[in-house]
Amino acid sequence: MTSLAIAANGLRKSYGDKVVLDGIDLAVPAGTVFSLLGPNGAGKTTAVKILSTLISADGGDLHVAGHDLAADPQAVRAAIGVTGQFSAVDGLITGEENMLLMADLHHLSKREGRRVATELLERFDLVEAAKKPAASYSGGMKRRLDIAMTLVGSPRIIFLDEPTTGLDPRSRHNMWGIIRELVSDGVTVFLTTQYLDEADELADRIAVLSDGKIAAEGSADELKRLIPGGHVRLRFADPAAYRSASAALREVTRDDEALSLQLPSDGSQRELRSILNWLDSVGVEADELTVHTPDLDDVFFALTGPTGSTSSTSSTGPTVPAAQNDQSKETAR
Amino acid sequence: MSALSLAVRDSATMLRRNLLHARRYPSLTLNLLLTPVMLLLLFVYLFGDTMSAGIAGSGADRSDYIAYVVPGILLMTIGSTVIGAAVSVATDMSEGIVARFRTMAIHRGSVLIGHVIGSVLQSIASVVLVGAIAVAIGFRSTDATALEWLAAFGLLVLFALALTWIAVGMGMASPNAEAASNSAMPLILLPLISSAFIPIDSIPGWFQPIAEYQPFTPAIETLRGLLLGTGIGHNGWLALGWSIGLTALGYRWSTASFKRDPK
Repeated sequence: MTSLAIAANGLRKSYGDKVVLDGIDLAVPAGTVFSLLGPNGAGKTTAVKILSTLISADGGDLHVAGHDLAADPQAVRAAIGVTGQFSAVDGLITGEENMLLMADLHHLSKREGRRVATELLERFDLVEAAKKPAASYSGGMKRRLDIAMTLVGSPRIIFLDEPTTGLDPRSRHNMWGIIRELVSDGVTVFLTTQYLDEADELADRIAVLSDGKIAAEGSADELKRLIPGGHVRLRFADPAAYRSASAALREVTRDDEALSLQLPSDGSQRELRSILNWLDSVGVEADELTVHTPDLDDVFFALTGPTGSTSSTSSTGPTVPAAQNDQSKETAR
Repeated sequence: MSALSLAVRDSATMLRRNLLHARRYPSLTLNLLLTPVMLLLLFVYLFGDTMSAGIAGSGADRSDYIAYVVPGILLMTIGSTVIGAAVSVATDMSEGIVARFRTMAIHRGSVLIGHVIGSVLQSIASVVLVGAIAVAIGFRSTDATALEWLAAFGLLVLFALALTWIAVGMGMASPNAEAASNSAMPLILLPLISSAFIPIDSIPGWFQPIAEYQPFTPAIETLRGLLLGTGIGHNGWLALGWSIGLTALGYRWSTASFKRDPK
């Protein structure tokens, strides 16, 4: 049996009468990357704040690194590192001083503290900026310093709350590299993100959080299989071939501009063969054939969209405005 | 590591952090010193002759009023310096770094203790600075013994500790630095309605009880007595009582706010 780094049963939290987390269950095996995915206001940050001992839960049986969150928060704190959504660096002092502050708070000796600080500043490409006040750093540098500070105590479990929000593409890819490195060192990573490609790229398991509940959980592939939306796309260069193919096919989505046709398909070998056979039989030749499997975007929208939009209009009324309120709250903060 | 040595070590780390802030950005502390220094110069050089005549009868010279006003100015300096503590606590609490501290296995109180000790040290430094200006313009302590000097120093430290804890509580209760600076304003205004600038019996009768028993007056009268040999009476006990009471109140208030879940 693999040990669980994070185990939550029935985690609940509400602010006033607004339920933020409505009894969610999480199980994160040690040494894996777990991603909590969800739109703004879904409760991702609240979950991280609770699991990292920053705020208390209203209910639930919660264990992190084998310690009960309610009974022994200090033991949990000794095992974790947290990089929140808003940079947790001291802007008034230099990057190096921030690192040495962390070393002191982890009770490292002077020499050991210096060694760790220097090593991490090098690893995160901050040597040049080390003597400058952290407030003068760019967003990407602050985020790197933030993670470097989190790593000073060599935590076994790391919480990263939207670590790449607001970063440019290069910094984002750098951050992904950093996270992969952490995992290769055996660290457990609990990651929240609103970027699906990020979860797809990094996470062993993904939970989709929507309205305070886990809407779905599994590997990226498992989640994609939950959702229909796979198709085969045929593209034609010759308008005549396009017309004859589309006339012969009935269940098809046409795109007259691009001269392409979309056929629903699960992408299996058998379906592909039947499509090819059919093309041969009617004597048309497509210039390009591509297979599309649903990506996490499809999953995300299907699972977290306004619940009533596909079924009845009566339930969209209360759901949509609530979601909008959450978003404006998040931006205002 | 035992709980006590953990507390001492983490508080010392936090104190180093706060002193580093103060050293790197001295402008906050220095700006706060402007008010007491300006009031000192204003009252001595502009109002000095009139004030001297008012407290010691006609024929008194300005040096009588310097002696009268300096103890109040020194305590006002403390009231002014601790506003800095309220501001820096409020700033700190709105930053992510304190959220980080809360998720670390460190002594819980160390963040606040670092602020408090840092602010008391800054208050003492400020008092020494303002005291030096007072001496430069002619203030002399007449016949204070070594013991009285020691007692005066103890009183200043204790009073600084009390006001700092209150200021830290105000900082904790404020959403941002501006609000903290506003809510801590009474700490510098209170000396204006004490015996700092004018004797209590020259204040309108209905207001005298407030002026006489608010925290600054007993402290000022005690300091005046220690440095200049005037009568202290029950003011010593009152000053001690206020200092201990405010320390206890501010400590409970601050730690209770720190223990609450952050927003």
